[in-house]
Amino acid sequence: MKFGVVVFPGSNCDHDAWYAVRENLGEEAEFIWHDSRRLGAVDAVILPGGFAYGDYLRCGAIAKFSPVMEAVKRFAADGGLVLGICNGFQILVEAGLLPGALVRNAGLKFVCREVLLRTETAESPFTGAAAAGQVLRIPVAHGEGCYVADERTLDELEAEGRVVFRYIDNPNGSVRDIAGVLNAARNVIGMMPHPERASDPLMGSTDGLLIFRSMVSALAHA
Amino acid sequence: MTALSPKLIATHQLTEAEYNKIVHILGREPSYTELGIFSVMWSEHCSYKSSRLHLKKLPTRGPYVVQGPGENAGVVDIGAGYVAAFKIESHNHPSFIEPFQGAATGVGGILRDIFTMGARPIAVMDALRFGPLEDTVNSARNRRILEGVVSGIAHYGNCFGVPTVGGECVFEACYDGNPLVNVFALGVAKRNEIFYAKAAGVGNPVVYVGAKTGRDGIHGASMASAEFTEESKQKRPNVQVGDPFLEKLLLEACLEAMQTGAIVGIQDMGAAGLTCSTCEMGSRGGTGIEIELDRVPQRETGMTAYEIMLSESQERMLLVAEKGREEEVFRVFRKWGLDAVTVGQVTDDGLLRVRHHGEIVAEIPNQPLADSAPLYDRPHSQPLRTAPMQAPAVSSRNLTRDLETLLASGDICSKRWIWQQYDYQVRTNTLAGPAAADAAILRIKENGAALAMTLDGNARYCFLAPRDATKLIVAECCRNLAVVGAEPIGATNNLNFGNPERPEIMAQLVESIEGMAEACRFFDVPITGGNVSLYNETLGEGIWPTPVVGVVGLLQTETPLGLHFRHAGRSVMLVGGVGDCDIVRFGGTQYAKAVLHDLWGLPPALDLDYEKRVQTAVREMVHAGLAESAHDLSDGGLAVALAECSFGRQSVGAEIDLSSGLSPELLLFHEGPSRVLISTAEPERVEPIAARHGVEALRIGVTSEGRIAVRNRGAELIDASVEGLRKIFEGALENKLRV
Amino acid sequence: MKARVYVSLKSTVLDPQGQTIRAALNSHGYRDISDVRQGKYFEIALDPATTREKAHQDIDTIARDVLTNPVIEEFRIEFLD
Repeated sequence: MKFGVVVFPGSNCDHDAWYAVRENLGEEAEFIWHDSRRLGAVDAVILPGGFAYGDYLRCGAIAKFSPVMEAVKRFAADGGLVLGICNGFQILVEAGLLPGALVRNAGLKFVCREVLLRTETAESPFTGAAAAGQVLRIPVAHGEGCYVADERTLDELEAEGRVVFRYIDNPNGSVRDIAGVLNAARNVIGMMPHPERASDPLMGSTDGLLIFRSMVSALAHA
Repeated sequence: MTALSPKLIATHQLTEAEYNKIVHILGREPSYTELGIFSVMWSEHCSYKSSRLHLKKLPTRGPYVVQGPGENAGVVDIGAGYVAAFKIESHNHPSFIEPFQGAATGVGGILRDIFTMGARPIAVMDALRFGPLEDTVNSARNRRILEGVVSGIAHYGNCFGVPTVGGECVFEACYDGNPLVNVFALGVAKRNEIFYAKAAGVGNPVVYVGAKTGRDGIHGASMASAEFTEESKQKRPNVQVGDPFLEKLLLEACLEAMQTGAIVGIQDMGAAGLTCSTCEMGSRGGTGIEIELDRVPQRETGMTAYEIMLSESQERMLLVAEKGREEEVFRVFRKWGLDAVTVGQVTDDGLLRVRHHGEIVAEIPNQPLADSAPLYDRPHSQPLRTAPMQAPAVSSRNLTRDLETLLASGDICSKRWIWQQYDYQVRTNTLAGPAAADAAILRIKENGAALAMTLDGNARYCFLAPRDATKLIVAECCRNLAVVGAEPIGATNNLNFGNPERPEIMAQLVESIEGMAEACRFFDVPITGGNVSLYNETLGEGIWPTPVVGVVGLLQTETPLGLHFRHAGRSVMLVGGVGDCDIVRFGGTQYAKAVLHDLWGLPPALDLDYEKRVQTAVREMVHAGLAESAHDLSDGGLAVALAECSFGRQSVGAEIDLSSGLSPELLLFHEGPSRVLISTAEPERVEPIAARHGVEALRIGVTSEGRIAVRNRGAELIDASVEGLRKIFEGALENKLRV
Repeated sequence: MKARVYVSLKSTVLDPQGQTIRAALNSHGYRDISDVRQGKYFEIALDPATTREKAHQDIDTIARDVLTNPVIEEFRIEFLD
């Protein structure tokens, strides 16, 4: 399997995702530059964490106009797997690929710490290797990770089983403790926690690898 | 040319003798722009004119040192063809004027120093010092400064993508109007791809890259000059605004451009901006540099040559490219959306020649400008010291309460509120981040090694006896590394002192440097670079002498050894023994500060030889896999160390039984060095190692669930629940900030 | 009574946010945009019983001492009755 990791100006977890895929997961990974209009021959796309364009207007607001995002949209429309981590999640909601928005943490401060996540559904290509209800230990690191959406959208997400992860110890005030959501077709996920930081035993947890492994097995069975 | 009045010369902080030296070098009177150029290059900040003579006493060579002081950062070999570049630098005054931007640009500046060398920054640490957060007239301001500094560091480091992995934060009244913000950064490069700040190759183009030049932070002296209107004075900001996003692009572009092989030399434009980068590169390369200021990208209109040369706008680099290959370099910078312009060329006449609108506005020989700054042997007497030698009566009513007081005190309490705002994991190398172990540990993906790093200072001790205290600081840094199993390989220092023109302050500096030199030599840790910050004063009173030392060590990449007890039922051992302390040497402790609100006597006694043996023994125990946890005894002594060891995820405490003739206060809270607390399942294997190195290793108790109890010869000294103490420890800083 | 306080960086202070947004706009085809400055905006409601004079004085002090750092920022106040 080959994972494409998109590099925006200001991405800073791009190399971490690339490293986790290659060294911890044992699959191929390559970088995709933000102004390329094609993704190339990749099986899945990762929008990594960081501060694309410094997050200077709103998180993800400038990055969504990058040429590569048109290609990501087409890829997603064709059923390709897209994983947005942290800033990647922010870009996906700004680009309209996922519902809701991410606003400033309730505590008003950047927060970097390990959180406990409950896997709310195993019915997705990103959690197939996990059990529903399984608790994962994965770090967060963000200043604007408070997930918000209107009640109707939230009810819809819940009804359709599109809330993938919920915080057990909510670090940012996200409504209904939402840490990660799926699109309606279930092939695009956005999550604030960083699975690539929980993929190496040296880093204290390998729970994040479950997400990458799920993607590999979903792709193998596609 | 306008004649330069004595007043104008004085406002540039140049003495008459210095001015005469300038006239001698030039063979004529300097122009106004030249005066500005000399004044920044010969400032204390750039020339180290008060400290250089004494800095020469520091050891700078060692088996691992690739590059010592004099470059943008020191470089040490970390094996398999890789090196680490690291340095510490202060941004004290800007952080007082504008805490957020001051601290942010402090981080930005030191990061540029690292990647200028071709090294990708992988870690930052900060040594912070503020005035008290409570109970003084300036507490509210101090709280604002702390919050601003922390969010400034977080803003810059997080966005840039470098983890902030550790540091320290201390509160003393002497920092009330003069906070200290010392930022350490470390990066990794291939040994054969280090870049130097040298201008070589006559005819090679000099290229300016990065942010445009504005009227940022121009030398305060110029403010008083008659050439500027009231309006322009008011408009010119003394504090620069940092742009971490631009710096991230600059990092990637510079590292990529270096790979083209078309870059000959490169230096960042930090303090003294274009002036410093041009003349230093020329001086190091033994060449001249000629630039035309009209080509310098400018953010504002109507800037004078003086302003362009002295601007301290951030996120700018100057590089020398190989003639004919400029386009390869430009292509990379264009890819990253950055301005890159040829502003001049390398010449063979050794002169810094600056043109503006085609006319020569400055023409100065590079070498004397950069390297012949005046050197002062300032008079020094006895170090200033106003604390009494004699101790008050020390008798505690409630030792458990005292422990709680210490755990809630600013210096000792958990700094989680601070470090949780820092991304300490980005780049996925952080094996031990803030408060996880006695040193931060990062793996080096490139070569399979790991680096441990630690920062330490102790101004209380230094105020009492700067020489001995600085030795203690170096010893503690090395001990922190030994505790995680690392071998120290290099160090950097940040010397924060008061006014060197006062002999009793100069004496503090001299004694501190000499103490540092002795200890660094003893532990084989060369100083590869650093920073001196003088004239730190609050209301005319100098800060306490505050040398901060950062030491880097090498170790194996493996699951790191943390400081927290992990399992109940393990032996708790005190390697190095209970130590000895008399009441005179108790006066600089945290107990004296937080419980007694007093300061007297001397810092703890240090036996360098014993210290080294303890470190060697502990390192051996760690390498043999015998320790499950390890933590050195420092601030707050044995009792605080025990509490800190208990604050792990499992809340494992300990039952301790001592047999000592020391008074309970001293026994629990003295800060004598050369002591490390470990928990182990195999005490019988620890003992022979200690014996072989001739150090004590006492079995002082057993780890247990949820409580900390300490007895001495049967008498109960402390009994407390781990959760109760943890609550105090974790909540204290936020409580102080919420006042 | 209501006051509006607009805080922005002084015109000579670098505004990285504004510059990045300007560059993005230019690259998205808005070539005529020559500069963007970003700032903060506060809406402050006052007790109707407050005298106009006191309100003006207080808001001015608040803007100067709390909402801005005069070293790098400047402000503008509008009052709405």
